[in-house]
Amino acid sequence: MAKSIPAVSLPGSGRLLDGTRGLLAIVLLAVFLYAVIPLVFSGRAYWFNVMTNAALLSFASLGVWITFAIGRVNIGQGAFALLGGYTSAILSTTYGLSFWLCLPISALAAGLAGFLIGWPLLRLRGIYFAMVTLSLTEAVRLLFLNTLGASGGGILNIPRPAGLSTPLAFYLFAATLLLAGYLAVWRLANSRIGWVFRSMRENEELTMSIGIDIARYRVLAFVLCSAMGGVAGACFAALQQNIYPATYTVSDSINFMLYCFLGGLDYALGPIVGAFGLIMAFELLRSIQEYQALLYGVLMIVVMLFLPNGLLSIGALLRRGAR
Amino acid sequence: MEQVIINGAILSANYALIALGLTLIFGIMNVLNFAHGQMFMIGGLVVYWVCAVYGMPYGVGLAAAAVSVGVIGMAMEKGLFQRVMGSAGREENSMLLAVGTAFLLENAALYLFGEKQRGIPPMVQGVYRIGNAFLPANRLVVFVVSLLLIAAVLSFVYYTRTGRAMRALAQDRTATTLMGVEVGRISMFGFGLGAALAATAGALLISVSGVNAGIGTAISTKAFIMIMIGGAGVIGGALLGAIVLGFAEAIGYALFPGSVTYLIIFVALIAFLLVRPQGIMGKPWG
Repeated sequence: MAKSIPAVSLPGSGRLLDGTRGLLAIVLLAVFLYAVIPLVFSGRAYWFNVMTNAALLSFASLGVWITFAIGRVNIGQGAFALLGGYTSAILSTTYGLSFWLCLPISALAAGLAGFLIGWPLLRLRGIYFAMVTLSLTEAVRLLFLNTLGASGGGILNIPRPAGLSTPLAFYLFAATLLLAGYLAVWRLANSRIGWVFRSMRENEELTMSIGIDIARYRVLAFVLCSAMGGVAGACFAALQQNIYPATYTVSDSINFMLYCFLGGLDYALGPIVGAFGLIMAFELLRSIQEYQALLYGVLMIVVMLFLPNGLLSIGALLRRGAR
Repeated sequence: MEQVIINGAILSANYALIALGLTLIFGIMNVLNFAHGQMFMIGGLVVYWVCAVYGMPYGVGLAAAAVSVGVIGMAMEKGLFQRVMGSAGREENSMLLAVGTAFLLENAALYLFGEKQRGIPPMVQGVYRIGNAFLPANRLVVFVVSLLLIAAVLSFVYYTRTGRAMRALAQDRTATTLMGVEVGRISMFGFGLGAALAATAGALLISVSGVNAGIGTAISTKAFIMIMIGGAGVIGGALLGAIVLGFAEAIGYALFPGSVTYLIIFVALIAFLLVRPQGIMGKPWG
């Protein structure tokens, strides 16, 4: 069985089987999240909030990465983040539920919505799927804007989660969430399901022809993605202590997708590298105020021109150069 | 009722320019141009700059918008898309590039023109009355110019050598290359034409509703809706999609408050795509 696998021509097939490299990535990520960031930014509340935000965005992008694994460009993650955020916000303000109960409920709600919407929508492919999920983001935003009318659809004064009163505590929680998410996604990508996903990306008809129920697998991928979006949304609402229909817009959905691209679609670590890289670059460029946004755009294009397969492909590029 | 029909027709004609440009680029390059709305926006702002700041006549502004954004489009195709699509491992990577250029154009516009809503005074004064409806002369000009441009683009694509090469390229890239068509040059020209169309639409609409630097994503979303309805990469489909969206918007705004219209449009769109995933005229997985 193992012998037949490398025959699949995938750029990352050899590396994905390489357990030590995967473990190394996990250790490096843990060191970065638990040691480097807390030490570098110790005592700076603002930066901890930025990093918490980066961790939550990475978590949502990890979900999008799962849908990339089945070969779908998903620009709908903002919809599910908004859904999770509102679920948690309504439960904690109107019904006084603890954040720690709201969080799994948000995941379930977003996952269920992902199931109901994804089952029919996943029949679409290519740019049609990309465009329809983009429309979904806008539809959900307008839904909240029009149904929760009175205050422009916003919910304020969401209580802070019990036990996470300082920025550092919230950051550590988000970092743990991200690490757990990465472990789960990495494990998934290297399991049988991961290989089924990859074969679906290569050719859905062929996958179907060997007796795999592709409709079930693709909905599984989408539900996992949506649930992760819901969790990220719920945490973000609790961090900001408010949520508005404009908290997640089409631009945010595009960003979630962008982080995956930027890090590299062939790597589960891609969305995390992409999100932290872009967010830190954006913050560092803040010192040159007026050019900030302009340089940010230039930076993105430069990366794309020289590393079209993502930041993490630099390793493969160097290895090829050395050979 | 007459008013709704007039509004719908004017919107449709303008939207058709946007959708036509997007579908041209998609058909030829197989790239979903996320920067399309930003090109629309820059087209509008160039007109503002030429007409309101430098006081030149409107026709000059319109031409300047089409030419400058057309050149930007060609440069993007030549300098970015052709390079990246040659070396990228997955086809989706070109999408990141499109998003990146959208960011860049939006930020460049913010830097150059600021974030204010910009408009120019109507080119012609006066209002016509048709039955119970009012038709400002300015909107009539926008409508007529849009129709003329659509006719010009269609006859170009269907009756010239370059146009035929573009259609061939959309149908089968390899075969077209084998027939001795200069694929690189035609792609670049097609991208430029698509960009110029978006810019023209923006240049026309700035005299009606104004344009600001942040409008791009909303316009791109509308363009995506239109080509989803009609079918991506099909010229007839883009026109059909524009008519459907233009009238849906005009009818919706007459019946419902503000953003409910688009909520209904999105829900209807999703339901429609479940029945017909490739749009009205599209090829399956075109």
